Amino acid sequence: MPESLKPELQARLDEIRIAAESAVDKPAALGPDVDIRRFRTVSEQQKIETLESLKKQVKETVIHSGFVADEAERSGSYFQMDRTPIYERVQKAFDDAIEIMSTEEALRKWPEEMLEKYWWRAVMPDKDKYTAIVALHQTEGYFIRVKAGRKVEKPIQACLFVSESNVSQNVHNIIIVEDGAEANVITGCNVHVDVKEGLHAGISEFYIGKGAKLTFTMVHNWAEDFSVRPRTAVVVDDDGVYINNYVLLTPVKSIQAFPVAKLVGERSTAVFNTIVYGLKDSIIDLGSETQLIGEGSRSEAVARTVTMDRSTVTSRGRLVGRTNDCKAHLDCRGIVQSPESTQWAIPDLASEGAPGAELSHEAAISPIAAEEIYYLMTRGLPKDEAVSMITRGFVNIDIPGLPDVLRRQIDKAIEETSKEAM
Amino acid sequence: MTPERPVLLEIEDLHVSVGDREILRGVDLEIAEGETHVLLGPNGSGKSTLLNTIVGMPGYRITRGSIRFKGADLAGLEIDERARLGIGIAFQRPPAVRGVRLRQMLDVAAGGELSGAEVSALDDDLSLGHMLERDVNMGFSGGEAKRSEMAQLLAQMPELSLFDEPESGVDLDNIAVVGGAMNTLLKSEERIAERKRAGLIITHTGHILEYVNADVAHVLYAGRLACKGNPLDLIEEISSHGYDACVGCKLCQSL
Repeated sequence: MPESLKPELQARLDEIRIAAESAVDKPAALGPDVDIRRFRTVSEQQKIETLESLKKQVKETVIHSGFVADEAERSGSYFQMDRTPIYERVQKAFDDAIEIMSTEEALRKWPEEMLEKYWWRAVMPDKDKYTAIVALHQTEGYFIRVKAGRKVEKPIQACLFVSESNVSQNVHNIIIVEDGAEANVITGCNVHVDVKEGLHAGISEFYIGKGAKLTFTMVHNWAEDFSVRPRTAVVVDDDGVYINNYVLLTPVKSIQAFPVAKLVGERSTAVFNTIVYGLKDSIIDLGSETQLIGEGSRSEAVARTVTMDRSTVTSRGRLVGRTNDCKAHLDCRGIVQSPESTQWAIPDLASEGAPGAELSHEAAISPIAAEEIYYLMTRGLPKDEAVSMITRGFVNIDIPGLPDVLRRQIDKAIEETSKEAM
Repeated sequence: MTPERPVLLEIEDLHVSVGDREILRGVDLEIAEGETHVLLGPNGSGKSTLLNTIVGMPGYRITRGSIRFKGADLAGLEIDERARLGIGIAFQRPPAVRGVRLRQMLDVAAGGELSGAEVSALDDDLSLGHMLERDVNMGFSGGEAKRSEMAQLLAQMPELSLFDEPESGVDLDNIAVVGGAMNTLLKSEERIAERKRAGLIITHTGHILEYVNADVAHVLYAGRLACKGNPLDLIEEISSHGYDACVGCKLCQSL
């Protein structure tokens, strides 16, 4: 924390702390409750000079979420191991366009700006015990700012890595895409292969400026005994665009997230694409809420879920229209591939005093139709290949900005799981 | 007809039931290399059942008789094994498959990735255009679905092509395009000695025969092939006197 803060800024920090303290035992509205007191906070780690110096096993783990050690294809990188930002770098060519650091460093650097505009301004610290634990025991998180008018094509990558068991990583992330800027951020959350139990509580507050665009791709790669509670809110200004891609292809103990996009700007847009594979005993409760506030705002949420083994997946989608000229659509489809797995599809639409709001949804849970499999077989494709081709088509929604490594990863997961389902 | 040509498809005393109902009751049919046959018959007589049984669709139970293709008994072979042996089909109403594009179906049918030139040749013949990148049959019009089926058969180039009502639900322009594709496949404009690939076409109206030359027509009636003859003559006979009179006539049975 900054040492000598103006009284009003200190008052704001106190306000956040008091709000959080009131919520330390407040369970979340959704998802299984996690006893957060069981975990100690993550430890300090050594800084590194280059990403290449990461241990081989770590590199191999993070590549599954699109994080690469070779930075030629990236404009900037942030790597946090446990509680330490061990590596932050912006590539030379983008030196004056991007700022990357930990959020605590950003708060030290620009306390006034951060506290007034960004710090706990989109997510409330007393929302539940998971926001509270981050507000009270924050363990860094990334700060990424893309300067006004700068269009950064190469992705910025961020990785939050947990290497220890029985810890909670409590990160607070902030992304600011200033007016007219564009960025593509790939974040991977990973745990070391040996990690078993633990908690990741992550607050993410994103601010998309006027005419700005952020494509945010998140790949989760957790462990079977890991609990995950992200809390995300995105504020989009006039003509701003926010695209959220979320991919979960590995088992997790439980994850519950319900990011909120606040389309406050006129003609602002939010798109959520979600691909989820429920594996083993995972309990997965995911969705998104879009608040259509600005005139001419638009939103689309597409989710594809496949459940295997004994997993339970809840796929939620909420659209709230608060202006007459707004339009949004939800499209969630699921395939239940195991008789011991469960899926819920919960579309949820509301028009709050907006008679002109056009909100719609399609939700379906159904198997692959046998006649579709036979159809592909009449062209010479064996049954298992026909099933995997149709399943791949089912989940392969057109995701802009998805790195090839992720596309291959998704293909591989589908290949493996559809074989199991035969 | 040229009886010395090798027989491609050989159906003997075929009885097929769907559920508890016996649909085919002793069908005998031989199709030799290079021949194009037409299958006529009233609604519900079992024409589509015969095609579906040949390709091996589940639910069509053979209770007696056999189907041989290139000398091999098809019993016990999966749909895809029959396709790879050289049997192809153009469905009357193919199912839409979400997430699988027509372009991918062409690669599947060809048994490997088609070159850009091969795809554009198909595109030229069948005006596939934007359909290539669309999910196959998803929202396709009647004509588009038929053109897509023909493109897949042309990519597959099977030795025996089965066509289930290629002209149904299609306007005249599209019938011409579909007919053109069938000609490419069956080489029906060439002398029979030049042809290798064979076809079996289900038609109600016979319109498609204005574009495709067929060698012989059969009438499937009450689960059996009741008669055979010159395709155009038989269609003429049926349209003026109906199926009952047609199969009652002794003339064609002596052919």
